[in-house]
Amino acid sequence: MATSTRVTGHIENPAAHHGALAALTDWVTTVDHKKIGILYMSSALVFLLVAGFEALLMRVQLMIPNAHYIEPETFNRLFTMHGTTMVFFAGMPMLFGFGNYLVPLMIGARDMAFPRLNAFSFWISFFGGVLLYFSYFAGSGLYGAGSAPDVGWFAYAPLTSRVFSPGHSTDYWTLSILLSGIGTIGTAVNIVATTLCMRCPGMKLSRMPLLVWLYLVVSALVFVTISPLTAAQIMLCLDRYLGAHFFDTQAGGSAVLWMHFFWVFGHPEVYILVLPAFAFANEIIPVFSRKAIFGYPAMVAASVGIGFISLSVWAHHMFTVGMGPGPNAFFTFATMVIAVPTGIKIFNWLATLWGGNIHFTVAMMFALGFLFQFLIAGLTGVMLASSPFDWQLGNSYFVVAHFHYVLVGAIVFMIFSAFYYWYPKMTGRMLSERLGKWHFWLFVIGFHLTFDFMHVPGLLGMPRRIYTYEADRGWAIWNMIVSSGAIFQAVATLLFAWNMVRSYFKGEIAGPDPWDAWTLEWATNSPPPSYNFAVTPTVESRRPLWDRKHPEEPDAQFE
Amino acid sequence: MTTNAAAIAHAPAEEWKLPSRGIVAMACVILAESAIFIIFVVAYLYYIGKSLTGPQPKDVLELPIFSTVCLLSSSITVHFAVHTLQHAKARAAVAWLAATVVLGATFLGCTAQEWYQLIYHHGLTISTNLFGTTFYSLVGLHASHVILGLLMLSIVLLFGLTGHLHQRHAERLEVISLYWHFVDAVWVVVFTVVYVLGR
Amino acid sequence: MLSCLAFQALGVPAAASVLVHPARIAGALAVLFDQSSTSIFAPQAAPARSVYGLSLLVLGICAGIFLVVGGLLAYAVVRYRHRRGYSVREPAQIYGSNQIELSWTVIPILIVVVLFLASARVIFVNQSVPKPASTIDVTVIGHQYWWEYRYPKLGIVTANELHIPAVDPKHPVPAYLTLTSADSDHSFWVPRLAGKMDAIPNKTNTLWIDPQQPGLYLGQCAQYCGVQHAKMLLRVYVDTPQQFQAWVAAQQKTAVQDPAVAQGRAVFESNACANCHTVSGTSAHGVFGPDLSHVAGRDTIASGAVVNNTANLRAFISDPATLKPGALMPAMHLNDRDLDAVTKYLSTLR
Repeated sequence: MATSTRVTGHIENPAAHHGALAALTDWVTTVDHKKIGILYMSSALVFLLVAGFEALLMRVQLMIPNAHYIEPETFNRLFTMHGTTMVFFAGMPMLFGFGNYLVPLMIGARDMAFPRLNAFSFWISFFGGVLLYFSYFAGSGLYGAGSAPDVGWFAYAPLTSRVFSPGHSTDYWTLSILLSGIGTIGTAVNIVATTLCMRCPGMKLSRMPLLVWLYLVVSALVFVTISPLTAAQIMLCLDRYLGAHFFDTQAGGSAVLWMHFFWVFGHPEVYILVLPAFAFANEIIPVFSRKAIFGYPAMVAASVGIGFISLSVWAHHMFTVGMGPGPNAFFTFATMVIAVPTGIKIFNWLATLWGGNIHFTVAMMFALGFLFQFLIAGLTGVMLASSPFDWQLGNSYFVVAHFHYVLVGAIVFMIFSAFYYWYPKMTGRMLSERLGKWHFWLFVIGFHLTFDFMHVPGLLGMPRRIYTYEADRGWAIWNMIVSSGAIFQAVATLLFAWNMVRSYFKGEIAGPDPWDAWTLEWATNSPPPSYNFAVTPTVESRRPLWDRKHPEEPDAQFE
Repeated sequence: MTTNAAAIAHAPAEEWKLPSRGIVAMACVILAESAIFIIFVVAYLYYIGKSLTGPQPKDVLELPIFSTVCLLSSSITVHFAVHTLQHAKARAAVAWLAATVVLGATFLGCTAQEWYQLIYHHGLTISTNLFGTTFYSLVGLHASHVILGLLMLSIVLLFGLTGHLHQRHAERLEVISLYWHFVDAVWVVVFTVVYVLGR
Repeated sequence: MLSCLAFQALGVPAAASVLVHPARIAGALAVLFDQSSTSIFAPQAAPARSVYGLSLLVLGICAGIFLVVGGLLAYAVVRYRHRRGYSVREPAQIYGSNQIELSWTVIPILIVVVLFLASARVIFVNQSVPKPASTIDVTVIGHQYWWEYRYPKLGIVTANELHIPAVDPKHPVPAYLTLTSADSDHSFWVPRLAGKMDAIPNKTNTLWIDPQQPGLYLGQCAQYCGVQHAKMLLRVYVDTPQQFQAWVAAQQKTAVQDPAVAQGRAVFESNACANCHTVSGTSAHGVFGPDLSHVAGRDTIASGAVVNNTANLRAFISDPATLKPGALMPAMHLNDRDLDAVTKYLSTLR
């Protein structure tokens, strides 16, 4: 490699010698992928709590019909900020944080390919998040009490034009996401370059852990999906500030063009969010079933297939826009086709469990919750894929229930699972299993109370993004139940935060390999030294530690 | 445990060669940038003929033959710059680099002149109509990438002129040249869409 | 029925398939969901009915898949859980099987084909139909935060309450709606009549509905359009032919000119009201706000937000934000005398 780095062998915390300021400087100037990963995860957690609070406020307002707890303008800002924050400043950073931490360790590398780009990517994303929330203070510029954007997280034109959204709140939305996009592209470049160019000897592509494969697919997706959003946002800025007419319907521009550009980003984006959840499942489910993942080549093929097909389904968000029967039929077909590789993944996880020896650690409990809930979410997705059914269900609470089922029921559950699984590696201490079980059950109850019953108002005609609703539509009781679940989820999440803080100081010492797992990150200390591995490993199979522990039947014999 | 890691470390069975990080990274960046350009091209194509008022392409656009020749030749010169540097001929590389920068700057100058004509003589700006909007944004996006490329090449040229460019930098120069080739390839597409199809 | 075939394909025994027969499910759903005036499972017009039929097939297939896969998952989790005393630490490592992978690729593809063909049929039935000769044509224009309805062949312009005649099953003559918007994106959604269709500026969409049962059908805007998106409600009055004729006749007349409220009319014409509203036969020709020529004949004002009575009308004119904060009509700042006069005037406009 062209770069030369000094290996110091220092493991101890600078703070031990020089105090808090030195520790702070160390964290702010770090280029170590592990610390950057933790920075991503921590900032994502903060934004997750903020956006969760925004959701709580919305559910309080929607508890009863015609409530007046929150004004319409405020409510519209809440759902805009909730969606924007969760997608760009909680979800993506959390998942890229895990990727940052794990990918170099799992391939036996010393760090990411471009450590300084890595640090830059984090800080620019973080700054984007700060900028978004700064809008609450400055949304209208210097002359007046401004506020946050209220155009919805997908900011349809022409609502976002200067005419309908005066002031600067929409610009805060645009700019903060542009910045976050730059950070995301930087991280994706790093992941691809690291994966292709820094694998340890013997780790052919066909021997990489499935997590690494999935992050490779995610990064490839990033290049072709974040860019359309960047392009569309540049166009929006040109419209708003230089008088351009990209989405100016008065000058012959097209509102539908924005929708196409946004959803060309927006749909693959949700695969960018869910593929890392699959990545975690691919590592965690085998370890706690005590079996190798069933069908590794099929899993790779399915993951790559999902990545490709996800680029062709975007207009299923536009079935009601009037595209005509041809496009409606095409996108129905493409969207249903993507269910095939997704189903294959579920079946392979099922086959991994089958004949196994399943240990119900908290990480595994969340992973099993993920499996059931992702199955349901996928099926409601198949329902929405049918264009005529979507004519009734689209833009209703059925859609909101569906995507929260994926985002919370699948992705957040796997994020929790990943925390319980890899926290010992990152900190050297185990999270409390007792607190974890409380966290799990409270969250499951709250999740199902909220998101199972949320499907019903959609079936009864309740559209989304309304700050209140009529009392005579039969929606009230369901909204009350949905709101009640929010409290359970809030308490459970706070319990989880407490578990993380408390276990850092009082958790059981983990050791390098507390779960008896098989991938390379468990072959080094917990937490790993800054250089990851004292000697670069060489591997001969997909599960190098299994080969060590079972020399009589190594994977290398059977692959 | 270090024992675990040491147990795993041993000489691999065959030689272990992996691609260059810089080239892979630049390929990724090019992929992402292509996606941005594709969106602007799609907008351009979609809005052809849809302007409600104002100057139309065939009234105001002329084929930019000279500037195109300059830009595409600069791909050849930068290729030779890399080639000569790989063969340790640093002075020749600097000459080829200078030629590239000159050709690129000429292209920009021609673009600036064209825009001056369009704005002041034909009254076409980004806010005039859909043609103006899509034209200036697409050609402008390309021009901004040319500026960025010229900046990078000029810095390397500066290193070369001050005697700091050596054979071991050949791969890095190759990475930058990939970017420059990409900018030229985009121009081929923009030229076709704007000056051939659009008129 | 297709769904029966689907059940058989999934291997569900005949007895069970009778228990879960589509008609019974439909009946149960109807009872459960009929409570709501905007349920998608209580269709009253052909477009909604065709979606409803398809939805039962889709729901049935998805329910079947859930029972099978979910059941297997539940079984695996219970059967293969770690039990104390289970001596073998690591069970047999099975790496995969090509035949199994093939089978669970092919079966989902077949299910996808079935679902797609069923959906495609409904898409083309609803969206490829050439426009029939004699229909009621209505142009629906979405505004921030109200609905404008124009009947070009009848010369009627009205707002917020759509009237169409009930369809005679022997001679079906559907109403044909052309949808567009004057500002941001909106969406016309009356669940019992049809799926939603968006109203987008600089674009025209079409929707046809053929309700046979007279009555009032409710819905609301289904595309976020700004502050008061939530109160952009829809009221579709399906009239008997006689009722519809009477309504048309009333709408076609010029606005009532009652001399008793001449003072109120003067207030209306001399204030900013005339800039935004039209009242036929007066000097008010504004088009930014709803046409008020026959406003007193409507059951609600503010696009369904509040009941149309004197108190609400007066409050709305005085300051719309008290009833619909964010509505684009400004507070008129009239003194009490003018306010009462103009309210009385508008109340005469039947």
